[in-house]
Amino acid sequence: MQKTITRALLAATVSLACTQAGATVKVGFMLPYSGTYAKLGEAIENGFKLYVAEQGGKLAGQDIQYFKVDDESDPSKATENANRLIKRDQVDILVGTVHSGVALALAKAAKAADTTLIIPNAGADAITGPLCSKEVFRTSFTNWQPGYAMGQVAREKGYKTAITITWNYAAGKEATDGFKEGFEKAGGKVTKRLMLPFPKVEFQPLLTEIAAEKPDAVFTFFAGGGAVKFVKDYADAGLRTRVPLLASGFLTDGTLEAQGDAAQGLLTTLHYADGLDNPKDKVFRASYTKAYPAIAPDVYAVQGYDAAQLLATGLNAVKGDASQKGAMRQAMQGATIDSPRGTFKLSKAGNPIQDIYLREVRGTANQVIGIASKALADPARGCKL
Amino acid sequence: MDPIIFLIQCLNAVQYGLLLFLIASGLTLIFGIMGIINLAHGSFYMIGAYMAFALQPVVQQFLGGGFVATVVVCVLLATALGYVLEWAFFSFLYTRDHLQQVLMTYGLILVFEELRSILIGNDVHGLTLPEWLDGSITLGGVMTYPVYRLFISVVCMAVALSMYLVLTRTRLGMKIRAGASNREMISSLGINIQRLYRIVFAIGVSLAALAGAIAAPVTSVYPGMGHSVLIISFVIVVIGGIGSIRGAFLAAMLVGFVDTFGQVFFPGIAGMLAYLLMALILLFKPQGLFTRG
Repeated sequence: MQKTITRALLAATVSLACTQAGATVKVGFMLPYSGTYAKLGEAIENGFKLYVAEQGGKLAGQDIQYFKVDDESDPSKATENANRLIKRDQVDILVGTVHSGVALALAKAAKAADTTLIIPNAGADAITGPLCSKEVFRTSFTNWQPGYAMGQVAREKGYKTAITITWNYAAGKEATDGFKEGFEKAGGKVTKRLMLPFPKVEFQPLLTEIAAEKPDAVFTFFAGGGAVKFVKDYADAGLRTRVPLLASGFLTDGTLEAQGDAAQGLLTTLHYADGLDNPKDKVFRASYTKAYPAIAPDVYAVQGYDAAQLLATGLNAVKGDASQKGAMRQAMQGATIDSPRGTFKLSKAGNPIQDIYLREVRGTANQVIGIASKALADPARGCKL
Repeated sequence: MDPIIFLIQCLNAVQYGLLLFLIASGLTLIFGIMGIINLAHGSFYMIGAYMAFALQPVVQQFLGGGFVATVVVCVLLATALGYVLEWAFFSFLYTRDHLQQVLMTYGLILVFEELRSILIGNDVHGLTLPEWLDGSITLGGVMTYPVYRLFISVVCMAVALSMYLVLTRTRLGMKIRAGASNREMISSLGINIQRLYRIVFAIGVSLAALAGAIAAPVTSVYPGMGHSVLIISFVIVVIGGIGSIRGAFLAAMLVGFVDTFGQVFFPGIAGMLAYLLMALILLFKPQGLFTRG
């Protein structure tokens, strides 16, 4: 009799344990699946799923269940969309997004609901600055990082004066602020800061200004359609041969085909590049191309891939039990990510401390030609962690 | 400011203003004459640009022609599109109130954006220029100015001039002007107002498409390109006075100058200046600079 009871108890325990081991981790993607950023969202999701697939479809022995919401890159819908994943789908982990304005709202929602958030792109300084929190991690960059690194490079090249030009919005200001800081710390001087309203692309008056001022170099931050047009207009105005153009890498990532000849030889800085000669990147690029033959691997795919790696580190530390939020976050915070971009750790504020590469446009590749800044950490001003 | 730089900035302002005029004139024609608030006008601009991008290789292959032929083909197609759209959608809107017009034309924006996304995708595209338009000329030894920008100015001025001549010197122009002033009168004179509207609408669409096609090589072709253009066009129409081509021309030039010099002198608030200008003008002339002419 006793034996039977023991057996039954044992069986019950085993079956219970099994249920727990078989529980799934719910991952909520809040990414742009429509609009200008649709391709970026797709690349991030591809990267994330690629890593999970490489682990046999499981992280820390747990099945991963995906939930998706199109954030439409619309900040006004951000809170509602985030809550759909947090409250309705009850996801364990949020992954999102590309647009900084949406990411800010997302960070607030995640914080309020005590849900872990991994940001695979949006570079707004504030997220790992004044708004930093223990729930929020970033596997991408801050706008400040590439700008600051390029400021140092510009000075090393012997430029004494520079003009910055960007859209009058957060990302542009942060990138050019970073450049100004790096450049002036090294002894250079930013003589003028030109801005035009987002998303205007009528650059001609400002290019005329640059031609009149004749600085040693110009630093710029534009992305997407604006980037294509700026690079072309800069060349058409005859400035390419007279004033070197430097930029944050988003000027030439994903836009090179449309820019054509006008972009050849441009120098940019970013935390990823083509032709990084490390084994991890080679493997990553090969398996990404195999899984998604139609799309070339890019910085966005890498950021998505690393988001999954970061989550894996966290889940491993708690043996797949995503409900142990504190321990999981602690492990994520202390993680060393073996990224295709090179190994990186997270700062206290949850932002990558990473090498920023100097790249040169050759054909349709952003070829790495050196390291602009080694293990550069964001100053995370205003973060109280 | 260096006088040569000043002159070049004026050239920039005129070129931008002329391009805006091209877009806004179509809007004000449709608005002023048929009384339709057409939010989809920016989409026609986008359609023009995307058509130029999509048709360039085709035109190259079959007509052997270059860029100008592409633009002509685009404008012809856009005219046909405008004619069909008027028949299919807009002809039902004349008697409806403005709210319904806004809803309908906003719906069209969504449809056009989605179609664009399905047919061509969300990528940014460039357009290649023929050699004779691709170069630059040096102005005052200070900077090189792209020849193509001068070409845009010339085309826009030619269109503006021919529009002026058509409106003031031809029978069609007379009917259009009469239709703008008094709809009942002109139809009771036995003029087919339905057909007149259809022509005006097709012209309006083709003007926007022309602007899109010739702007494409410098603005590049990208999703959402019609939105920002639409808002500034409405500003121009309001400043110029609804339905007035002359007003639209003057307003477009004003906005061109305010915008260009605003960016240089007041970069922080450059985005607001056109709207401030509008507010200021409406304060003194609530009807806009010209009313119907």
